[in-house]
Amino acid sequence: MAERPSALLRARDLTVVLGGVTVLDRLSLEILPGLRTIVLGANGAGKSVTLRALHGLIPPASGTIDWQGDRTPRQAMVFQRPVMLRRSALANVEYGLAVNGIDGDPRRRRAREAIAKVGLEAIAHRPARVLSGGEQQRLALARAWALEPDILFLDEPTASLDPGAAGEVERIVAAIAAEGTRIVMTTHNLGQARRLADEIVFIHQGRVAEQTPADRFFAEPQSQHARHFLKGELPWN
Amino acid sequence: MFEIFASLGLALDLMANGDSAFVRVVAISLELSLAAAVLGSAIGLPLGALVAIGRFPGRRSLIVSLNALLGLPSVVVGLVVYLMLSRAGPLGTWGLLFTPGAIVIAQTVLVIPIVAALARQVVEDSWNEYAEQLRSLGVGTGRAVRTLLWDTRFSLLTVALAGFGRAASEVGAVMIVGGNIDGVTRVMTTAIALETSKGDLPLALALGIVLILVVLAVNAGAYAIREWSAKHHG
Amino acid sequence: MELNIAMNFRRLAVTWMAAAVAASTILAAKDASAQATFITVASTTSTEQSGLFKQLLPDFRKATGIEARVVALGTGQALDMGRRGDADVVFVHDKVAEEKFVADGFGVKRLEVMYNDFIVVGPKADPAGAKGKDILAGLKKIEASKSPFVSRADKSGTHAAELRYWKAAGIEKPQGAWYRETGSGMGPTLNTASAMNAYALTDRGTWLSFKNRGELVIVVEGDQRLFNQYGVMLVNPAKHAHVKKEAGQKFVDWVVSPAGQAAIAAYKIDGEQLFFPNAKP
Repeated sequence: MAERPSALLRARDLTVVLGGVTVLDRLSLEILPGLRTIVLGANGAGKSVTLRALHGLIPPASGTIDWQGDRTPRQAMVFQRPVMLRRSALANVEYGLAVNGIDGDPRRRRAREAIAKVGLEAIAHRPARVLSGGEQQRLALARAWALEPDILFLDEPTASLDPGAAGEVERIVAAIAAEGTRIVMTTHNLGQARRLADEIVFIHQGRVAEQTPADRFFAEPQSQHARHFLKGELPWN
Repeated sequence: MFEIFASLGLALDLMANGDSAFVRVVAISLELSLAAAVLGSAIGLPLGALVAIGRFPGRRSLIVSLNALLGLPSVVVGLVVYLMLSRAGPLGTWGLLFTPGAIVIAQTVLVIPIVAALARQVVEDSWNEYAEQLRSLGVGTGRAVRTLLWDTRFSLLTVALAGFGRAASEVGAVMIVGGNIDGVTRVMTTAIALETSKGDLPLALALGIVLILVVLAVNAGAYAIREWSAKHHG
Repeated sequence: MELNIAMNFRRLAVTWMAAAVAASTILAAKDASAQATFITVASTTSTEQSGLFKQLLPDFRKATGIEARVVALGTGQALDMGRRGDADVVFVHDKVAEEKFVADGFGVKRLEVMYNDFIVVGPKADPAGAKGKDILAGLKKIEASKSPFVSRADKSGTHAAELRYWKAAGIEKPQGAWYRETGSGMGPTLNTASAMNAYALTDRGTWLSFKNRGELVIVVEGDQRLFNQYGVMLVNPAKHAHVKKEAGQKFVDWVVSPAGQAAIAAYKIDGEQLFFPNAKP
C-alpha cells in the first residue's frame, strides 16, 4: 500500500467490555473507500460487536473512531433480524427518512424508489410485520438504502433466510455497493463472502488478525487463525 | 347460594326492564369511567413509555413512586382530592366537589399509576426489540416514545382497559368526592354500597353482576378490536 | 390507502388530544348545564335511605325549577360539609349541634322542619327483656344483661341521640364486649346488628326501608323522648361567598312552606307515615 487513499473510517485501539468480558481488545481497522468488506471470524470473535462499535451503537471503553472529512458520513445498518415497525412496508421506509429530516415529496419519492429497487412495490402497502422473513430483510435493505448512506453495515443479513431469499439479499447488497455505498458486512457463509467481498477482515479474539484482498485471503490466508478457520478446523484448537 | 341465583335473575330483569334510574346509573358509570380511562391513558401511557425508554435523572424515583402509587388505597386518593376540591381547599373555586368532574379527577389519579406501570412493561419489552434499530436510524427519545406507543397500540388498548376496570370498580374515592348524589354522581359501585347499607343484599348483588357484565362487554369489544387489528397489522 | 408516517404521528396526537378534550367537554357541559340551577344539600343517611328525598326533590324542582343534589352523610359530617362551604343547605337532625353551627356563624338561621322517631330494634327473643315504651328503662336492661348492642359511633345525629339516652339512663359511657361501635352509617350498623342478633338504636324511616332484618324486630318505641327533630338552614354566604344564596334559600323556604310540609306528610312506606312535618308557620 504505497499510495494510500485516505481512509473513510479509521478505528484505533478499540476496546469494548460487555458484562465484564473484553469483547474487543485494542482492535484497529481502516476502511478505505470503494470496497466491499466482509468481516469473518469464528463465533464470539467479536464481528457483530465490531460493526456495532463502528456504527456507534456500542460505546468503546477506550480507543477512537475517526471518520474522513469534517462531517460524520451517513451510515445505516441492517441487522440479522430486521425490526419492522407496525405499519406498512412503505411507511417503514418513510419512517427512516422522516427521522433523518427528509419530508414531503422527496420523502415519498425516495421511499417508493427504494421499495421498487428491492422489488417490493407490489406489497408496499401491506403491513410490514406480516411479510415473510426474506421480504422483511429486503425491506430493511430498502429502508437503509433510501437513506443513501455513505457506509452500510450489515450484520449476518442472510443468516435467518433460505438460500433463495439470501440470494436476493446478496443481489441487493451488490446493487447498493454499485451505487457507491461502502459495504461492511459480517457473514458465516464463505460462499457468500467469496461472491461479495473485495477484501476480508478476519477477526480473532477481539482483534483484527488480518485484513487482506479477498482473492488473496481465500487463496492464501496470512494468519494461522484464518487458515484454520478456512479449513473448517475448530478455531480454538 | 339461593341468594346468588335470585340476584342473577334480578340482574337479568334489571337489564331487560331496567327503569330510567337504573339506566342512568349504568350510563353515568360508563361515561365517567371511560372519561377517566381516556384521561388517565393520555397521561399514563406517555409517562410509562418515557420511563421505559428515557434515561434521565429521577427516573428511578419516578418508577418507585409509580409502583408505590399502585398500592395506594383509593380512600386516601379520595380524601386528598376531596381536600383539594373542597371550597376550603386550594382548588375550591372550581366548585367541582360533588360533581361528575370530581369523580373523573379522582378516578384519573387512580388510573394513571396502573396505566403507566403496565405501559412501561409493554413498551420496555418492545424497546428491547427496537432499541438498536431505532438508534441506528438516529431516533431520539421523544420520537422513540411516540413510535413505541404507536407500535404497541394493540397491547396498550388492553392497558387502557385495565385503567377503565380500575375506574369502573372504584368505590371509596368516588363515594367521598362524588357524594353518591342520585342521578348525578351515583355510579354502579356507590349504588351497590347504598343498597348494601339499606340491607337489600339481593339488589346490591344484582347490581354487582350488572357491573361485571358491563366491564366484560367493554373488554370483549376491545379484545375483538385487538384481534382484528393484530391479524391485519401483524 | 397511503400510510404516511407523519400522518400517523399527527393522527395519534390528534386522536389523543381530541379524546382528552372530548372527555373534559362532556364534564364541563354537564356542569355548565346545571350550574345555575342546582344546589347541594348536605343531609343525613337516615333521610336519604328512607327514600324521603325521592318524594321531595321532584316536587321541589317542579315548584322552583331548581335541582337539589343531596349528599347523604352523618349529621356531624354534614355539618362539617357546611362549615367547609361544600354545601349550600344543611338538612340534619341534631338540634344541639345545629344551634352551635348557627351560633358559630356557619348557618344563617335554623328552621324546624319535621320529626320522626327513633326506635330500638333487637332480637325477637328479647334476651334483655327490654321490650316496652320506656327508652331509658330499656337501655338499662340491655346494659344490665350485657346483651349485645351495636352503636353507630360516627358522630351522626342518631349517635348523638343514643349517647344522650345512655346518659339519661344513668350510664355515663357504655363499654364492654357487649357494646360494639361500627363507626358507620345507619344501614351498615343495622346489617351488623342483624348479623350479630344485637340491639341497636335506629330511626324508624331507615328501619322501615331496611330489608336485611333477620331476627330483628322493634323492641322499644313510642316514647316521647324518642322524637327526632330535623332542622334546615342555609350555609352562611357571609362565610362562604360562593353559596347559592337565593336558590338555597328557596329550598329552605319551600320545605317549611305548606306545599313542602304536605309533601313530607304524604311520604309513606307500606302505608306508614315516616316523617311528621312541624314547621312553625
